[in-house]
Parts: sequence; C-alpha cells; structure tokens
Amino acid sequence: MILKLESFSKNFFIHHIGRDVPAFGGINATLEAGKLMLVAGANGVGKSTLLRCIHRSYLPSAGSAWFESTQGLIDLARASDEDIAWLRRREIGYVAQFLRPRPRVSALELVAEPLFHLGMSRPRSLERAEEMLDTFGLKPELWQAYPSTFSGGEQQKVNLARALIRPRRLLLLDEPTASLDTQARAALKTRLEHLKADGVAMIGVFHHPEDMEGLIDATLEIRGTELLDPILEELEYVAY
Amino acid sequence: MSLLEMTLDAPRLLEMQPLLRVNNLCKNYGGIRALENVSLHVYPGEVLGIVGESGSGKSTVLRLLNLEEPETSGTYQLEIPELLGQNLFELNRFQKRETRVHHIGIVYQNPHLGLRMHKSSSGNVAERLILAGEKRFAELRRAARESLQASEFPIARMDEPPIHLSGGMQQRVQLAKAIAMKPKLLLLDEPTTGLDVSVQALVLDTLKRLQFELEMTMILVSHDLGVIRTLADRVMVMRGGRVVESGLTDQVLEDPQHAYTQQLVHAKL
Repeated sequence: MILKLESFSKNFFIHHIGRDVPAFGGINATLEAGKLMLVAGANGVGKSTLLRCIHRSYLPSAGSAWFESTQGLIDLARASDEDIAWLRRREIGYVAQFLRPRPRVSALELVAEPLFHLGMSRPRSLERAEEMLDTFGLKPELWQAYPSTFSGGEQQKVNLARALIRPRRLLLLDEPTASLDTQARAALKTRLEHLKADGVAMIGVFHHPEDMEGLIDATLEIRGTELLDPILEELEYVAY
Repeated sequence: MSLLEMTLDAPRLLEMQPLLRVNNLCKNYGGIRALENVSLHVYPGEVLGIVGESGSGKSTVLRLLNLEEPETSGTYQLEIPELLGQNLFELNRFQKRETRVHHIGIVYQNPHLGLRMHKSSSGNVAERLILAGEKRFAELRRAARESLQASEFPIARMDEPPIHLSGGMQQRVQLAKAIAMKPKLLLLDEPTTGLDVSVQALVLDTLKRLQFELEMTMILVSHDLGVIRTLADRVMVMRGGRVVESGLTDQVLEDPQHAYTQQLVHAKL
C-alpha cells in the first residue's frame, strides 16, 4: 500500500459569505505501488480538489490520507508543514494543469532544476532535461527561451518534462493531457507506463481518460454536490 | 474544524533541527503592543515569507531578529555551534554586534537604512569584513568584488557611491553587503518594492540562486504575494502584531483559512 484514504473530506469555509461549502466527503480508497487510479465524476464534484488535498495545497477538513513513505507511515492530512515540504521534494510529485514559469529561467533550466536540487551534476541534469523535452516534442530552438511567452501546449510540455523527470513514490496527475497535441499525449502515456513499471503509484484526473487506455487499474468515482458548482468555480478562479 | 483547533503533528520525517527558533516574542512601543506572542521556527535552507498589511508588525519582527532593537519579552535562538542554547536577546551589545556581523544579513526596503550613501559601493560591502576583523586591503577588495559579482552588480561601477546608482543597483549593493560574510540567516524587508518589474525579476532570480548556492535560510517580508509565491516555502500571515495563519505557501495562498487571509488573497489582482 502506498496511499490509503479514510473518510477523507474537504469543506471550504468562505468567510465573506459566512458558510461552509462542501467539496467532497467520506472518500475511502487504497492505492498500491505501480498502479494508476482514475478519479472520475462530473464537473465540479471536487476531483482536482481531492488531488490538491492529498498534496496538501488544500488543507483536508476531516479523515486521513495515509502515505507509506520511505521513512514510515504518515497521515498527509495532519503531517507538519516541514514533513510535507520534505515529501514534496523527495517522494510526492504533483503534475498541475499549468506551468508556473519563473522570470528569467529558461525552459531547459526549469526542467533540469529538480535534478540538480537532488545533487545531480549540472551537465548531467541538463542532458536529462534535453532528453525529456525531446520526448515531449518541444522544439529544440525553444529550449533556451523563457517559457512565459510559450503557447499553452508548449508550456504544458515543459511542465510535464519538469514534473516527470524523476520517479516519485506517488504522483498526482491533475489533467495532464489538457492542451497537449497527439504526439505529446502519446509521449506522456509512454512515460507513465515506464513510471508504473518502476513501481510509482499514481492517482489522476483526466479530461479524456481514453488517452490512458490500458494504464488505468482502478476508478474512484466521486459523486458530489453539483448544486455548489458556481461557488467552487469562483474559488478556483481566485486560487489562480 | 476551526483554525485554532487545528494542530498539525510535529515534524517526524525531518531529522534536522530548526536553524532559528523564536518563542513568544512581544514588543511594546510605549503603550502600544506592536507584537503579541509571535513564535516561529525556520529550518536550514528554508525561505519563510511574512505577509500582512502595513502596521501588522512584519518589519518589527525583522528588526528584532536582526538584534537592532530590544525585545519586550520572548526568546530567540540560532542553531550555530558557538550560540547553542543561548537566548540571543540576552547577549550584551558587543556580542549582539558580533552575532549580527557573522551570522545575520539584512536587506532593507529603503537602501538609505542599509548603506552609507556617499561612500563607495565596494567600501560599503567591505565594511562588514572590516568589522569581522579583516585588515588586508587586497583581501577586502577581492571579497567585496566577489560578493558584488554574486549579487549581479556591474563590477565596473563598484567604486561609485550608492547615491549615484539606480534603486535596483542600490538593492544589489545591499544584498552584496548582506551576503559578504556568508551568513546563515538572511533577512529581507520588501527587497523588491519600488523596483520596476525587470529589475524585480533580476533581484528575485539572484536571491533564489544565492539561497540554493549558499544554503542560506531566509525570512522575507513582502506584501507582494507573487514575490512570496516565487521564493517562500512557507508563509506566516500577520495582523495587528499577531500571527493569524501560517502554512505551506501554496496552501495559504490557495486555501486560506483565516478571514483576513481570505480577504488578502481575494484582493490580489
């Protein structure tokens, strides 16, 4: 077992309207090493919110998310900020829908960064980064450029290359195929296949789950409170 | 679950000790309570952001941590061999100066506070080393140059006084001075406020690189949530001299719990 959710729940308390907005509640699920779990459900039921709660970008409201780290079992819902920060550097990866470019940092540097932060030499990290960008089909003439002016698809290629450059114990995939062309989708599928074979546990939301055909081992269906969609959407907007 | 009821587990996976521990820090100015029971722990190599409105006590925290002003009550410890177990507030003023010179660097929003504006820039940087006991002129010059270079200051202008330089360059001289002794702790008070965006990006990029290369622990005060998001690992939100919320940067900015933090995040453009 890598991840076990027990009665995992999230509400947002929004002070200016003075009430609690439930996102999802009572989720139970178990994820094993080398397995991919699809999170399914209608728009606004809290699929991405669930991933963010596991990553602790959102603070879970109740229940537990037990994670089997290399250092022992830990409840992600209540772990200290320092432990979460450590786990994010080493064991838990989050593939977001969008790249967050940093001023004056080239695409290649951005992709190589997780490796040299781990202590890999600069030339070796950059070499690996080139391989990854090549895999996802980003044109070599863009490698040294700053991604803030890239198209949505190009940014997403950089984002995926950076997020998947090294294996993690647990990967959270938040609509990684959005805005990707066919070649990049195929490359992503191949990369995820390799990571699965390496024993990486994955839980993901996919806009087109058929892209991942053959890779999905289980489906977690979330039924939510559709009524609250507009408020949740507003909240997502505020978060960015 | 309210914020006050919520207590997260103590760190368990991390074996390291915090570099900085501050407990129950209070500060009064006359009858005014400027800080009320502020406690913080910062780990080696970590960047802690402090946000909050003007007058919330952010800069006061930095001035106390820089041992510039006496505290009203509270303890302050740095995990540095010669200072282990010592409450730094109890040091005498010579010991405080020593600690400041060797272990703490600071960059103020207003360069006039941190620099002698009519002395050469290289001299400003070298001053730290002189205070630390370095007397050889060639060595002072070499170290000042190295520090200015690390801060991406145009070396050709290193002997000009800061008063002749632009705001962005003055900030880089301050930064060079702050890192000249390779301190363990770097305090930054609105380091990019008032700079145009391209210079701001340069300063942020320099800070990020230095933090990684020198493994410095930083405490960054800013009201710019974008700056905080780029640099900080964790954030502490202050209001009226108290800490109202703290947590991982993305969590505080994306899922703020306290009414004031929600207001702050919603007000962002």
